[in-house]
Amino acid sequence: MKTTLRVRRFDPEADPPMGYVQEYRLETEPSETVLDGLIKVRETLDDSLALRCSCRGAICGSCGMRINGHAALACKTKVISVAPADGTIEVEPMHNMPVIKDLVTDMAPFWSKIRQIQPWLQPPGTAPKAEYTASPEAMTHLSGVMSCIMCGVCVSDCTVLEVDKTFVGPAALAKAYRFVADPRDAATLRRLNALNQPGGMWDCTRCMECIQVCPKGVAPMDRIMALRANGMAAKVPSTCGSRHAEVFTDIIKHKGILDEPMLAVRTFGLKHVGRLLGMVPMVLQSVFKGKVPKSGPLHRPIPGIHHIQRLFKRMRVKS
Amino acid sequence: MTTSPLYDVLIVGAGLAGMRAAISAYEQGAKVAVLTKVHPVRSHSNAAQGGINAALTDRGDKWEDHAFETVKGSDYLGDQDAIEVLAREAGKDIITLEHMGVIFNRNEEGLLGTRRFGGQKRARTFFVSDFTGQALLHVLYEQIMQAKIPVYEEWFVTSLLKNDQGHCSGLVAFEIRSGKFSLFRAKTVIMASGGLGRVYEPSTNALICTGDGMALAYRAGAPLMDMEMVQYHPTTLKGKGLLITEAARGEGAYLLNKQGERFMERYAPTMLELASRDVVSRAEQIEINEGRGINGCVLLDCRHLGRSFIQERLGQIYAEAKTFANIDLAEEPLPIRPGMHYQMGGIKTDTEGRCWDPQGHWKGLPGLLAAGETACVSLHGANRLGANSLLDTVVFGRRAGQCAAEYAKTIPAPVISDSAVQADRQLIETLLARQGPGERAAALRLEMGTTMNRYVSVFREEDGLETARQHIQSLKARWSGIAIQDKGHVFNTGMIATLELGFMLDCAEAIIAGAITRTESRGAHFRTDYLDRDDEDWLKHILLYHQADAEPDIHYLPVRITQWQPQVRIY
Repeated sequence: MKTTLRVRRFDPEADPPMGYVQEYRLETEPSETVLDGLIKVRETLDDSLALRCSCRGAICGSCGMRINGHAALACKTKVISVAPADGTIEVEPMHNMPVIKDLVTDMAPFWSKIRQIQPWLQPPGTAPKAEYTASPEAMTHLSGVMSCIMCGVCVSDCTVLEVDKTFVGPAALAKAYRFVADPRDAATLRRLNALNQPGGMWDCTRCMECIQVCPKGVAPMDRIMALRANGMAAKVPSTCGSRHAEVFTDIIKHKGILDEPMLAVRTFGLKHVGRLLGMVPMVLQSVFKGKVPKSGPLHRPIPGIHHIQRLFKRMRVKS
Repeated sequence: MTTSPLYDVLIVGAGLAGMRAAISAYEQGAKVAVLTKVHPVRSHSNAAQGGINAALTDRGDKWEDHAFETVKGSDYLGDQDAIEVLAREAGKDIITLEHMGVIFNRNEEGLLGTRRFGGQKRARTFFVSDFTGQALLHVLYEQIMQAKIPVYEEWFVTSLLKNDQGHCSGLVAFEIRSGKFSLFRAKTVIMASGGLGRVYEPSTNALICTGDGMALAYRAGAPLMDMEMVQYHPTTLKGKGLLITEAARGEGAYLLNKQGERFMERYAPTMLELASRDVVSRAEQIEINEGRGINGCVLLDCRHLGRSFIQERLGQIYAEAKTFANIDLAEEPLPIRPGMHYQMGGIKTDTEGRCWDPQGHWKGLPGLLAAGETACVSLHGANRLGANSLLDTVVFGRRAGQCAAEYAKTIPAPVISDSAVQADRQLIETLLARQGPGERAAALRLEMGTTMNRYVSVFREEDGLETARQHIQSLKARWSGIAIQDKGHVFNTGMIATLELGFMLDCAEAIIAGAITRTESRGAHFRTDYLDRDDEDWLKHILLYHQADAEPDIHYLPVRITQWQPQVRIY
């Protein structure tokens, strides 16, 4: 079928370095992927188009790029599944990392965040003579995270990293979970304390984008949530993040509706008057935009609150 | 131009063999660096799916059984002293990997679990679902990060350097990101740059598998051995040739022909689908050639294994079949065919990984070591058993790293001049300066690949091999007519494709030279004009030495036999 690849290119050697869009028109087969198309371009039309690719089978993690506005592995994305009626597909380099040339990005910042979580097994004492024993379930569970191929796709589309470069990011956090959940690792508490710091596990805003785009089903955000649960269970010092989760639950339990002023006050605590005051402009803006409920900023329990409380009781019994 | 610090051990390639070598040399206290054309976790070791063999003697397995099955699998061309080392040391290396953090599958007692693989009567393949290679590769990279071993990522080697005594003393490489050349000084170099699959089209191999290390060593004077032994894997997808793991058959999948017959009953009555790979690939090709295939394929049937079992133990190929062949393995059989997969031959080494022989039985390149698919110890002889390649990388990677580190302590710092860089830089500038219209590297590679796949594949004969030889010669001549459109120095992948094609043409020439020379059928090398194995004349290795502008210089080495005399090979 007739396909147009609209590629966002970047020439670092132009004076000055220059970004531009180039369209390549080609024929593709229904079985072909976006990577097949790009390779065809490189091999028959324009060998100056730079991209990384190697295995063609979604295992090496080289060909992460944005296709029609979402990051993906080009080798795993069928042309037919993303091409609209006119056959034009938008291809750009991954976001949240510097571009070297065309679709090739600099992965150094990605790897420095991975290194930040000390990504190696830290077992206790000296190793046994044979293997460590571990339950088959634990190992099978870990294989779901270990199948991460470090392609950078989740990092590219992470909405927190877009505004906060200090966030360690979904790939590194999923990797951290791989060690926290490993029964052979002895550094769990140290790891959780480190992840409890600003930029760590509490900075994810749960937008789900990383789950959506991950080509290997690693579901990074779910791993981040599991880290938080592990952290709270291990009683790492409370932070605004963990208090937010606790206070949120508590308010719902007692009022059945989110009481936002209370949430802010109790999350930050009265010690952090400065941060509370910092929210005043946002509150005022909300008032002007009509975002404050008619009943006023303070909430009473909703009618039928006992139903909600029954749910909480049932959940406690279950867990 | 820059010059690197002096390294005791410089490793080319960061797959399993390269990283294992780096860790073991580091543990010996050597000053180590790794240089690789892709980031370590992009290496092709990733693609090994099914598992890694080892006879764990504390659970009643015998290393001798593993060794014998490897010898038999090799069709008696493997060197038995090397195979004994492999089988004896395997158990310890598996445990080391587990201690490093590999999440091997466990049995109910929480101990390492196994699955069956081809050519072996006992289940001794350890695995992580069906992405064992990836699981190992990422763990070794974790160890590299922990040890802070320097890695030159995305550097491309253009030649090996020798000092005045003919000792390998470093290499010339450029950084792909900038195009800048550098001289790397090293007391020893370990070549661990993987295979040469792209010499063929199609191939299961990744696009980076272009035989760089073999060609670089060959050009520098190290011999290549048993290059005619190219493995065709029995289960690859039509089209691009993606791999479907042997673990599918190990876990119980059947091979069926058009009539729905389990045809392996006729070819290997005892081992059936789990006969060794050369046997199964030949059987499939015969079925296809005699009209019992479907569109050039036979069928891999997993349906009776059940959906949940397939998804847990074979999840990756389940997804692969769905994405690339649009088939649900739990409901439909998958069309597959034999496809080029692995090079048993490579740079000749001894059991320590050395590409030279201190005893002087053969001539090599002192200072150079090799490990993994790029090397030929020889373990795999004429046919490699499934799940022995991962084992090869960790056992012989470790040994090469150790040997290099110890050897480096005994020799002085090498003296090399930086003029060596000039020639390579000049070559690049000449290539870039050539104005079009010229030929495209990709077009020449495709011609090479289809020629090799047609004439130097499962079945071979003299006329076809001669045709292939002439075609490769003509492609070598046309190589210098390639014009690259990209005139820049940053990430010039057109340039890299051209240099890689040069390496691959040397490899292709060596494969064909070996295949023409060996007038018998053994393992993966099946000559329709010489149907039988001929132990009297051919129980020996073929060594090829590079000669500029001439056919390779051919030498022979006897096979080393310790305890298993050649027998008729029946599965």
